[in-house]
Amino acid sequence: MPSAISTRHLSRSFGQRMAVDDLNIDIQQGELFSLLGTNGAGKTTIIRMLCCLLQPTAGEATVLGHDLVYGDNALIKNVIGVSPQETAIAGHLTTKENLILMGRVHGLDKQAAHVRAKQLMDLMELEDRREWTMRLSGGQQRRLSIAMALVSDPKIVFLDEPTLGLDPHARKSVWNYIERLKGEKTILLTTHYLEEADALSDHLAIMDNGKVIASGTSRELKQQLTGNRPLRVTADTFPEAVIGQLTEAGYHVKKIDHGLEISAAQMDIYAVVDMLRNNRVELTGINLQEPTLD
Amino acid sequence: MKLLGLADRNLKEISRDPISIILGLLMPIVFLFLFTSINKRLPLELFSPQNLTPAVIVFGYGFFIMFASTLLAKDRQSAFLIRLYTTPLRPADYILSYILPFFPLLLLQTIVCFITGILMGATFTNLGAALVIFLLLGLTCISLGVLLGAVFTVGQVSAVGSLLITVVSLLSGAWMDLRMVGGVFEKVGYAMPFAHAVDAARAVLKGGSLSDASSALLFLGGYALVTTTLAVIAFRRTMRKQ
Repeated sequence: MPSAISTRHLSRSFGQRMAVDDLNIDIQQGELFSLLGTNGAGKTTIIRMLCCLLQPTAGEATVLGHDLVYGDNALIKNVIGVSPQETAIAGHLTTKENLILMGRVHGLDKQAAHVRAKQLMDLMELEDRREWTMRLSGGQQRRLSIAMALVSDPKIVFLDEPTLGLDPHARKSVWNYIERLKGEKTILLTTHYLEEADALSDHLAIMDNGKVIASGTSRELKQQLTGNRPLRVTADTFPEAVIGQLTEAGYHVKKIDHGLEISAAQMDIYAVVDMLRNNRVELTGINLQEPTLD
Repeated sequence: MKLLGLADRNLKEISRDPISIILGLLMPIVFLFLFTSINKRLPLELFSPQNLTPAVIVFGYGFFIMFASTLLAKDRQSAFLIRLYTTPLRPADYILSYILPFFPLLLLQTIVCFITGILMGATFTNLGAALVIFLLLGLTCISLGVLLGAVFTVGQVSAVGSLLITVVSLLSGAWMDLRMVGGVFEKVGYAMPFAHAVDAARAVLKGGSLSDASSALLFLGGYALVTTTLAVIAFRRTMRKQ
């Protein structure tokens, strides 16, 4: 089965700043793939490129076989649904009216849009009230936002920070609805919550400064986090202070060509990356060394 | 048609906002009553219902600049437009669906003002010709609103919109005869479409024909064409920048 989304060396810069740098990912059909990273890591820029909102500055990508760079973007828009980072709903409309609106802009007639709206309200457990959506709670607005992305029955759904700003209870509730879509839809989700990516994803990629610095299944990454395999990080320069801090924190640090090899009895990749970032180290690569028989 | 779905939403969004109703429909009627009352105590030809009604209609259109700009700026700010950009709508669909829904409201406001004017004693002839004048000005105001909404933020359109309403109020000749004031005030006033619309509408409503107002119509048509073109360019630029 061909990939739902495939990118090769996909990049986007804004002036001198590389927002997304050399992205290579393959997302299989029916898979939930998460992009995990802090604000400014490049997650939203990736979604904007894949939704045809932003032209890549380099590289190529396909969405369900349709060429993103040189192809007809209308073909891509017909197979995707997007829930932006902001809830992006029409505040003076009711829940049902918002869903009907999305149906109609996707070309459904009034009757079909009504039927589809009803189906989605049942799926997402949204109440058919006459209340304007500007008065709904944050959690209800998020559920509506996701439902609006599903109106056209898209094969691929982009969920950009779907639980941003929600309390833990509302967040878990939104997770349940996302879980219901797994397998049926290909989902690309962005988040900066580690537990969200862990709970929902089939595969995930950790991003930093526009680059994917680690990827795999949640289990693989957890093994990396708790394993004792040496971590190799590369960058143009490493201040001496950061080597001192890593040593103080109990890591064994060895200088290698353009980088460091860091090892410990319990490797915490996040702590190491945080320490490097706090010292303004711009990483060009990060990988865990395969264990040897030795 | 896909654009009708979005146009329908925009119409609901405007008509359900109480501020649109208060400023768009009630305020012009209040002004009609207020100035007619003044006219009863201090008779002034300018404030007779006959002259006042077309002036109040033009003044009321000024609010539509703010309604259109606020709607678009809010949709940009809330990322609602970003969601729409990922749908199969074409650029022309967006432009039309942000312009067309205002016309039923413009028409409603115009009809309400005419009825109020008639109840106050005005007699209008050639209403159809006046309507052509008003619709050209209406298109200019809505396009100007779309242009501002595509360029400015919600906070900025509120300030710029208020400024434009003041400009319409002072320079349309609605409350004072620009020719009597003269000088730069008159020149600036007649460089804009509002005073031309007031003069032309007053003339046709008193029995003049549309051909008598041909120079004003050309002026208003030119303004409508330029502002609509600029609005389309600004909107497309906004789409590319998302």
